[in-house]
Amino acid sequence: MSSATRVLSHVVRSRELAVAVVLVALVVVTTLRNDNFLFSPDGWRNLLLNPSMLLILAVGQTAVIITRNVDLSVGSTLGLTAYAVGKLYTTYPDLPVVLVFLAGLVFGGLLGLVNGVLVTFGKVPALVITLGTLYIYRGIFLSWAGSDRITASDMPRDFLALGTKQVLTIPVLTIIALVVLAAVGYYLWTARGGREMYAIGSDPDAAVLYGLQTTKRVLSAFVLSGALAGLAGVCYAARYGSISSGAGRDIELQAVGAAVIGGVAIFGGVGTVWGAAIGAVLLTTINSSLPILGVSDFWQRAVVGALILAAVVLDRVLSARQAKRLAAEREAPTDPPPTASPTRQEVPA
Amino acid sequence: MSTRSTTPAAGAPLTSGEARTYAAYSKPLWQRVLLTREFAIIAALVAVYAFSYVRVENFDGPLTLYYLFLDVAPILLIALPMTMIIVTGEIDLSVASVVGLSSVLVGILHVDAGLSLPMAALVAMTVGAVAGAVNGFLVAYVGLPSLAVTIGTLALYRGIAVGLLGTEAKTDFPEKWTDLAKQRIVEGQPYPWILLVVAVLAVVFAVLLHFSTFGRGVFEIGLNDEAARFSGVDVARTKLVLFVLAGTISAFAGVYYTLRYGSARGDNATGMELQVIAAVLLGGVSIFGGRGALHGVLAGVLLIGVVTSAMRFNTDLVDKIQIVVGVLLVLSVVSPSFLSWASGLIRGRTGLRSRSTAGTGKRSLP
Repeated sequence: MSSATRVLSHVVRSRELAVAVVLVALVVVTTLRNDNFLFSPDGWRNLLLNPSMLLILAVGQTAVIITRNVDLSVGSTLGLTAYAVGKLYTTYPDLPVVLVFLAGLVFGGLLGLVNGVLVTFGKVPALVITLGTLYIYRGIFLSWAGSDRITASDMPRDFLALGTKQVLTIPVLTIIALVVLAAVGYYLWTARGGREMYAIGSDPDAAVLYGLQTTKRVLSAFVLSGALAGLAGVCYAARYGSISSGAGRDIELQAVGAAVIGGVAIFGGVGTVWGAAIGAVLLTTINSSLPILGVSDFWQRAVVGALILAAVVLDRVLSARQAKRLAAEREAPTDPPPTASPTRQEVPA
Repeated sequence: MSTRSTTPAAGAPLTSGEARTYAAYSKPLWQRVLLTREFAIIAALVAVYAFSYVRVENFDGPLTLYYLFLDVAPILLIALPMTMIIVTGEIDLSVASVVGLSSVLVGILHVDAGLSLPMAALVAMTVGAVAGAVNGFLVAYVGLPSLAVTIGTLALYRGIAVGLLGTEAKTDFPEKWTDLAKQRIVEGQPYPWILLVVAVLAVVFAVLLHFSTFGRGVFEIGLNDEAARFSGVDVARTKLVLFVLAGTISAFAGVYYTLRYGSARGDNATGMELQVIAAVLLGGVSIFGGRGALHGVLAGVLLIGVVTSAMRFNTDLVDKIQIVVGVLLVLSVVSPSFLSWASGLIRGRTGLRSRSTAGTGKRSLP
């Protein structure tokens, strides 16, 4: 097989393409029903703008899941950072916008660092730690904010304008999300650190034996996830202008769901941010297209749930088929087929 | 294997059922029973309760305990099957969604379809069992990771609940039943009826987990499911049964939740899954599976309940409840590995080496 056809067959069989096809089909069908969905200026803007925050979160989440961890605290980090940005503006109203974005990144990154330190040095599953920090960060937010909320009048006009501003019809927040996606995607794809994250997620013990700096990599994955959640928080502040203590609640499971739909295996080592990003766009687009398709948008969560289940089952079917094919290629059918799942295959009695 | 100590110390080699290992007999019985995670949590519960009783204003009022029990009852109920699921090394994130779904079903079936309340509750619990069976089938027989499956069904079941009822609320329940949910066992005492149900179920689950063959199987699956399979445990069926139990009991908790607040809504009990899991882990159940005990879990649920209700009496502290719960959770899971690191440091000085106790059991969750 030449390398060109190999790349082609890889792309055709890829999960990213499959999810993208579903997304395009959804957009096409919805647009046929109501062409305002895509062709009106508002429709076009919302289609691009709405997924931007979830996309940023899903990118960070992917980096963490690839190392065989999970970060449930991103929703609380998002809310807390959004509020911190609002507070920053009430104290220093003339702060340049770039500095605010930077502050959001750093603040979120620090919260992520706490997660990372607890996970790597406490030697406790990330699920538990980030469940704990989900409560802690949300609690800090609640006790800081109380019943107070940040409103649009607390923040300068040009910052809020970012939330709706468009460059060549593409919203600025979407451009930020795409830049993040490209940078992280490129890093995970080619950089040494990125490849090591995949190696750690595939087999943490082997990664240690191989001499990889697992602590450093896992730590940086959590810092990245936290920093991106902070960035999403700044975007939230710019987009909605109003931040109450409910900001970002329950979004962590959507971020994990987007990654899973996009083909990121929950046990690490498999998947790309491209897939997770398309998954995030799909999740938010379903939200807005269901009412147009005549389904009450109350059913949106049910559809999302069914999609996640379908994605997980599909992964299992595909990996079982690939395992079978590999076994056949080795011409040793008596060998137990290697499995992509990290739980060991049960031996038939 | 029935004589195995429930608190195996670090790397105790268990060669045969009657093996007297050094680690298991190195300390007197009272130390092995009392110096455990579970008793640490119980001691913390007693200490916090005593402190609140003496120092928190109005905490000793007649209604405090009563409302405390009413509030923690659903969490206590769901924590029972959740403990067993986590001991096998799996997790169920969909329980709160089943609570919501069952609440909506009771509302629709009783208020709209005119079914009698026990009938509606029965249908809701059947649906809960089916919901649990779906989880269990996908996890146990298809072999999918429970974290991914139950994140999916978390959205799916909640989505069905919200889809059926929208933002509407059904509140038209007969007083006879809503009163029953809040009825006290003895008038004037702070113990509501639901506590009796919790107590009976707790005994049933304690017997099932700690004193039955099925329960031994649950622990063995958590330690090593392959070895469990070879020693004759039906791993898949055990997991399926546990998920069905979790679904059924969550649905029952949903019926109770509906009657206690007199309102059936699609978003009832949102986020309760995390409260339940936090309480179970605080109670000393290892997220790696293979370790945990029900008395610790019950104390864990009550500890969070007491802390929450004590802090509610002080308006300055209301917003800090979540911080305390989160810190408790993180501390409770980080402390064992911190302690083993510290004790390793001390033993290292005296020339002894100890194996780390962190990470017993298999690792099936990220």
